[in-house]
Parts: sequence; structure tokens; C-alpha cells
Amino acid sequence: MLTKRIIACLDVDGGRVVKGVRFKNLRDAGDPAECAMAHARSGADEIVLLDITATSGNRRTLLDVVRATARSLFVPFTVGGGIRQLEDAAAVFDAGADKIAINSAAVRGPALIGKIATRFGSQAVVVAIDARKSKEGFEVFTAGGRVATGRDAIQWAREAAACGAGEILLTSMDRDGTQSGFDCGLVRAVAEAVSIPVIASGGAGSALDFIQVFREGCADAALAASIFHFGIENIAQLKRELHQASVPVRWPC
Amino acid sequence: MIAVVDYGAGNLNSVKKAFDYLGADVVVTDQCQILTAADKIVLPGVGHFSSLRALHRSGLREALLRAASAGKPFLGICLGMQWLFDGSEECIEAAGAGIFSGKCRQFPSSVKTPHVGWNSLTVQNGSRLLRGIAQDSFVYYTHSFHAPLLAATSAASEYGLQFTAAVEQSNIFGVQFHPEKSGDVGLAILKNFCEV
Repeated sequence: MLTKRIIACLDVDGGRVVKGVRFKNLRDAGDPAECAMAHARSGADEIVLLDITATSGNRRTLLDVVRATARSLFVPFTVGGGIRQLEDAAAVFDAGADKIAINSAAVRGPALIGKIATRFGSQAVVVAIDARKSKEGFEVFTAGGRVATGRDAIQWAREAAACGAGEILLTSMDRDGTQSGFDCGLVRAVAEAVSIPVIASGGAGSALDFIQVFREGCADAALAASIFHFGIENIAQLKRELHQASVPVRWPC
Repeated sequence: MIAVVDYGAGNLNSVKKAFDYLGADVVVTDQCQILTAADKIVLPGVGHFSSLRALHRSGLREALLRAASAGKPFLGICLGMQWLFDGSEECIEAAGAGIFSGKCRQFPSSVKTPHVGWNSLTVQNGSRLLRGIAQDSFVYYTHSFHAPLLAATSAASEYGLQFTAAVEQSNIFGVQFHPEKSGDVGLAILKNFCEV
């Protein structure tokens, strides 16, 4: 049976893992390669590494981090942040990523999705969407949550899938880092709008939150960062609880 | 020496990295003479079935078929496994090797496509590639087309229907999932291939 994936996310800044609340107040959470290995050992189904500052100056640092992290990691590995063109994606794949995540650049020019998918396959292209609740629905933000686009998140997810995206990584900015639960309404709306897998992100705080986002949000995978870094909830314990609640997960693994 | 075939598609790095980790002597190559000299061959691949047409242009197809019929251990991964069959609905103009009969088809519309994530294996007894792999072990998939069940199916998975997860006949092995991305289970399978 296909299982629901638990994905550990490493937000990286200047070669270190950091974590904030609602995209702000960053705290140091360790070495990326070590964190990735520790998460994989404790049962993470996948690792996502996001370069959250992604200025052109630290691209080399990022590629070194990707290489070091990929070396002994034998679960799927996604890298995002600052990928603006096909060449950026190619460099990240060459450094050992299995998938790339694109956000702002895809909103600016959706053709990039198809370009990368044609060369590396749709399975390798994750379109990351940062969304915030608005009067009409959910609005897409880019540039790490700093720029409002006026675009509807559900429409954009549909378009990204049509352009060749393999998965949608959907982050609720309202819930990011708050540990107050996933935004199941947002996740469900997107999951019902596209046929590709949807990864729910933003708000994970307890095993119950994961159970809800899989049941009510119809998520195919759920991603969390802060709760795994600071030992509030380890992945092995989370998977045991999901298994007991009859959510299909890779357990034991 | 294990030769990983480079035909301009797919994630060769991660396959090579996994064999490196296991201490195997492995090279990534697009040269027919290296395939001829190799002890074992791995045909990896992700993406579209049409990318396999590159095998025709470069003469690699003949080199692979010769190696397979000469009895060299041969492992097809994902698209590389699908190539072992007659062909795929994904690209009817690109012929497979026809070592296993049947065509790869789309999943039924009752399930989301692509099939992405960790799914469990129903393992048949006696597989050499899957020796020591426990029943219901999880492996990582990412694909839109699936191969039919055959007598040579050594493991099946379920996604809308039962499909061939692994296939095996004398020196020819194929896996639809990605052993290089399937954690300890995947590494154990690649280790078995090293020891075949």
C-alpha cells in the first residue's frame, strides 16, 4: 500500500540549518548533512533542503552543502531556494539532489517548470507555493513570503501541474513555525484541484496535526522542520502514533 | 566492474553513489567497449520512455542486448526495467528489448498519477535479487507507467492494481522502484546484485 510520507525540512542559511516562526526570528539548528542523516535514521521518508536566503553570493556554499548532504543519504532529497534558471537546477542535480523545488522563479515564468521537467523529468520538479489566507481565498507570496502576487493559490497550483510539475509543496504562511496545526482547508482545496501529489507544510505541532492533514486535508505527504529539530517530536515516535491511528506509513522502516 | 549506462537521461549520480557506498567497483559510461568489458550492467533511468530512443542512436542497444544474452548480470532500474519489456504506451515508437513480454501501461484513473512515494512489496520466494528482503518491505517509487505481472515477477506492489515491482529471469533483473533511494532495503537489494 502506498504510504503517507513524512518529510523533514532543513531551512539552510549560510551553510547552517536554521528555523524561525512565520518566516522570521531564526535560530541555529545544526549542520545540514548531520541533520539529514539523523532524520533519515529516525524514519524520515524524504529530506527537503531549502536555502532560505539564496543570494547569488552563497550559491557555491549551497552546492557544497548539497554535495555533503547527498553523499550518504539514500532517501529522496529535494533542494530549493534561488533556482532561477535551468542551469541553476542542473548544478543542484549534479551536486546530488533528486528533485528541485522552485517558487518565485516559477511564478515569474511558469515556462521554467516545463524546461526543467523536459530535461530531468516531472518527477524531479517540485513547485513550492507559499500561501496566505486572504478575503477571497488564499494568495500566493514569493521571495520567502515578502512579496504578495495577487494570485490565487489554487489556480496557480493547477497551472503549475499543467506546466509539468511533479509535486506541489504547499506552505501555509499563517501556520509556518506556529505548531498550531496544518491548514487543512488550504491543503484539501489544492489536493482536490490537482492530480499530482501535494505536500502539506506549515503548522506541524503534534501527531494529531499529521493525522488531520492526511485525513481531512487529503495530503499525500506532510513536511515539518521545527518540531523535528528541537526534539519536541521525533519522527520514529510520530510514525508509531500514525501507524496506531491506522494512517498508512512506512513503519517499521 | 559494474557499468552504469549513461544515455543522457536519468539520475546516474545517485545510482553510482549507492554502489560506491557499498564498496563496489563502478563506472558510469556511454561507451560500448566498456559495457563489453564490464562484469555487470546497470541500466538506470527516470523520465519519459522516449528517452530510451537514445540507446538506438548510440549503438548502446546492441551492446546491451549482447551483454544480456551473453549471461552478464543485468539490472534495469525504473525506466531501465520498463525497457526490458516489449514497450510502453508512453511512447509507442520506442521499442523495448522484448526480454519480458507485455507492454507498460498507465495506472487506472481511480488513483493519482504519478505513483510517488513508499509502497510495500509482496516478495515471491526464491528471488536472488531480493534475497533476505522481508515481506512488506517499503521501497521508493516515482513513475506513471507500470509493467504487467508475469511468471518472472519476483515482487509485486499495489496501486490501483497489482503491478510488477521486480522481475527476474536467470541473469536479467529489473526493479520498478529506486533501490538507490529506498534506504537500507534498497542498499540490501543493490548489495545482492553485487554478489549475484
